[in-house]
Amino acid sequence: MSGVNDFAFKIGTVNGTGSASANGLLMQAIFRMGIPVSGKNIFPSNIQGLPTWYEIRVSKDGYTARPSEVDLVVALNPATYAKDVATVRPGGFLLYDSSWPLDPDLVREGITILGIPFGRMCVENFQGDRDRTLLRNIVYAGSLAALLGIDMDVVSSMLEEKYGKKPKLLTSNHQAIQLGYQYAKEHFTCPLPFHLEKMDKTSDSILIDGNTACALGAVYAGATVGAWYPITPATALMEQFKAFCERFRVDKETGAHNYAILQAEDELSAAGIIIGAGWMGARAFTNTSGPGISLMQEFIGLAYYTDIPAVFFDIQRCGPATGMPTRTQQADLISLAYASHGDTKHLVLFPANPGEAFEMAVQSFDLAERFQTPVFVATDLDIGMNDWMVKRFTWDDNYRPDRGKVLHREDLDKLQRFSRYLDVDGDGIAARTLPGVGGKGAYFVRGSGHDKHAAYTEDSDAYLELVDRLKRKFQHAATVMPKPAFTLREGATVGLVSLGGCDAAVREAADKLAAQGIVVDVMRIRAFPFGAEVLEFFERHEHTFVIEQNRDAQLRSLLAIELGIPRDAMISILDYGGMPLTAKVVIDAVSRHVGAHGQAAVTPTPRAVSNGVPA
Amino acid sequence: MTSIAKPPVKHPSSRTNGLGLTIRDYEGAMSTLCAGCGHDSVTAALVQAGWELDLEPHRVGKMSGIGCSSKTTAYFMKQSHGFNSVHGRMPSVTSGAAAANRALTYIGISGDGDSLSIGLGQLSHAIRRNVNMLYVLENNGVYGLTKGQFSASADIGSTSKKGEANEQSPIDPVLLALTLGATFVARSFSGDKKQLVPILKAGLMHKGFAIVDVISPCVSFNDHEGSTKSYAFTREHEVEAVHTDFVPLRREITMPETGEDVHAVTLHDGSTVRLRATASDYDPTNRESAYAHVRACQARHEIATGLLFVDENGRDMHDFMRTPSTPLVELPYEALCPGKGALDKLMERYR
Ligand SMILES: Cc1ncc(C[n+]2csc(CCOP(=O)(O)OP(=O)(O)O)c2C)c(N)n1
Ligand code: SF4
Repeated sequence: MSGVNDFAFKIGTVNGTGSASANGLLMQAIFRMGIPVSGKNIFPSNIQGLPTWYEIRVSKDGYTARPSEVDLVVALNPATYAKDVATVRPGGFLLYDSSWPLDPDLVREGITILGIPFGRMCVENFQGDRDRTLLRNIVYAGSLAALLGIDMDVVSSMLEEKYGKKPKLLTSNHQAIQLGYQYAKEHFTCPLPFHLEKMDKTSDSILIDGNTACALGAVYAGATVGAWYPITPATALMEQFKAFCERFRVDKETGAHNYAILQAEDELSAAGIIIGAGWMGARAFTNTSGPGISLMQEFIGLAYYTDIPAVFFDIQRCGPATGMPTRTQQADLISLAYASHGDTKHLVLFPANPGEAFEMAVQSFDLAERFQTPVFVATDLDIGMNDWMVKRFTWDDNYRPDRGKVLHREDLDKLQRFSRYLDVDGDGIAARTLPGVGGKGAYFVRGSGHDKHAAYTEDSDAYLELVDRLKRKFQHAATVMPKPAFTLREGATVGLVSLGGCDAAVREAADKLAAQGIVVDVMRIRAFPFGAEVLEFFERHEHTFVIEQNRDAQLRSLLAIELGIPRDAMISILDYGGMPLTAKVVIDAVSRHVGAHGQAAVTPTPRAVSNGVPA
Repeated sequence: MTSIAKPPVKHPSSRTNGLGLTIRDYEGAMSTLCAGCGHDSVTAALVQAGWELDLEPHRVGKMSGIGCSSKTTAYFMKQSHGFNSVHGRMPSVTSGAAAANRALTYIGISGDGDSLSIGLGQLSHAIRRNVNMLYVLENNGVYGLTKGQFSASADIGSTSKKGEANEQSPIDPVLLALTLGATFVARSFSGDKKQLVPILKAGLMHKGFAIVDVISPCVSFNDHEGSTKSYAFTREHEVEAVHTDFVPLRREITMPETGEDVHAVTLHDGSTVRLRATASDYDPTNRESAYAHVRACQARHEIATGLLFVDENGRDMHDFMRTPSTPLVELPYEALCPGKGALDKLMERYR
């Protein structure tokens, strides 16, 4: 790679020095130039003082996975300078703050080192520590604008939008941008060999993070009750929900809030709250991450066993225990699929990006009410907290929530007797009533043994009837859960299987493998339980790789347990160090294996087709 | 939670309340608690209170956790919607239900085990949230359903079957609730219907969290020498604590009619508790004096009963959340979804 509109760079700074807005500015400017771009924020689990990086990938072909190498590093954190120098690709560039002399030990052969005295320029031009620190970020953004060819008109209009109402800030930011820009122009050959040129590939897209997308989905689904306990990386989801509700759900005349957000005392309580609200008939949800899911297990089992809808957004992070709260992983798969004690199975959705997270958020409420059961939306830190370029969200005003089987007073009047857990239709889903309905509608929700009339029982047959109905319900759900997304190539004998945030890297890898003559089909699993198509895909391929971000091959285990696919028929590619997956990891693993097994390369490269499911 | 349906026999001359319902309409399933368990007396008081207040049974949410006490919900108001959740977590489920539908009346029933150990956090936060509900804590000093372990309200000095004495100080739910800012705090005795029914009624009418600590003796586990109101009696000397194969049939303990402020009540194990009702000049609107009164009674080895504290001007959960008077569950979807136009406009913010 590396060339016009095809390169990556990263900025190493110190947490808490205000670099986020400069980095966001850079990424957004590139996006507004019509060039596909993605950004990954790699940050520590503390508030101030530790190293943080921001990686920006520019890809004219629209690849958004984390880059495997960077062409330029902006090294502004002395503590990580040595490490940062080492990560530049051979022939690449390093930009550092030359206010202080560079330690000769840190000079590296084969890369070009550019020094700009950011610190000194700020001291000379701005007053006060705060401004000097904050504006240093804008100065480096200015230099990068010159070095990479960012359109300064775009930058100016963005500053205008942001600080239009604060003239002092607008002036100082403009000045800072110009300082950096002019210095680079005067001292170096600008732009660098790899740089930006305007395109028109982003007009139908937006830059958004998955937490915001889920929150928006919850608003559009008509969720009214949100309960939560703060946890990284899930927190922003409820904060965004609140912000959207304040914008869209406050009654203009009365000031009443058409929503309830409860910051609970812990995750147990958050789960209890949404279950209580779901029982009442509200669309209710919580957002959490692994440690919270652990605490919610008891309640998840209760909702499953008592047929109560509830939506859980799990923004996965590195476990176990507190793990690495600011690193990404997909290691909650099994704990979500079978959360709680006893025989339980749950519906889980795996969006691959914020665009799909928005859609699946809405879908999760429909599924929860239709199947009267907990539904998990499993994203991860990468999807949840990073800005992704995705198609603009659209909405069909004809959408109406699927409330599932709910009996109203008129329906009850026609019945001889209402039995809460009677499976009339044979699909495992019994009709429910909402508290307050009156007539024959009252019943008891109990986590203890109950029969189809909701009466207490310790009778084996009645118990079996109930748990077998729950199983039937789950099997029925498998037929309506979102289908996998396929990208198929003619002649492929190798299959790549993945889920969630791995998708971008896997599809990029598939393209690049095809270019190398290794033709692969891709199946991205979008839901648990798995549909019939998943098994068929395995049956059609001689070799299948299962790519996931956890140590123990949890997806592979689920496939083996639920579909009976022999474990050794699936080759695991596991990447679980906490960073978003790169295409290189997949390419290397697949080519190594295919090479070792002497599989003939197929030429020429056939064109890929997808099944129309958002890939 | 076990229950046996009661045959629906109505006496033709039964009195009806404002809704045309008889007291039988407020009953539930047949109790499966031990004969003489204080919890059954609480049930009877709740039946009475609901009937007297003309509560529409189907507009009541009966909530509980797990324990003998938590079974009580099955034994009153069979036309009400009920929810036996998990041990100690009834307050959160009720918070969610109440958030979603403020139009129902919520009655939460819990035990001292359910509320003061595993559920202490949830109880505290329901108080803090001021959820609009009546919270009845059926307090017997033991874990009944798991057969006689000390609960967190067990008195110092009460002994276990093996003769072990409880040395840890009890958590007093009334002092706890007063400290945490509860807006309605009362205590009563299961056998004192005269006092309990009006307290329950007041609690039901209170806007906000109304906690009523009800001393409710356990027949099965405070039937031995040395227990103040807790621990296991089974068959003397030969039965292990976890296996109750003999449960004595006892009568409900009721309050003697003496017209005095202090009553000594003899429990099943022969021990006595001294219950002091608040005097007629007692001021329940002052949190500090309520606290002082409870402590003073404790110092005299008496248990303060009555409506101990009430704040009628407190803001409840819905006030904090600014929710509309229409229950959230009744808002039409159209009022909740901003629609396509708003989304299209919003998308420009992410460009
Ligand atoms: C998570 C969990 N832990 C333990 C139990 C076992 N358990 C059932 S009831 C109970 C104690 C009930 O005591 P209390 O609330 O005082 O009610 P009582 O039976 O005395 O009326 C316990 C510990 C449980 N059901 N769930
Ligand atoms: S064990 Fe005690 S608390 Fe439980 S039902 Fe029997 S008497 Fe009541």
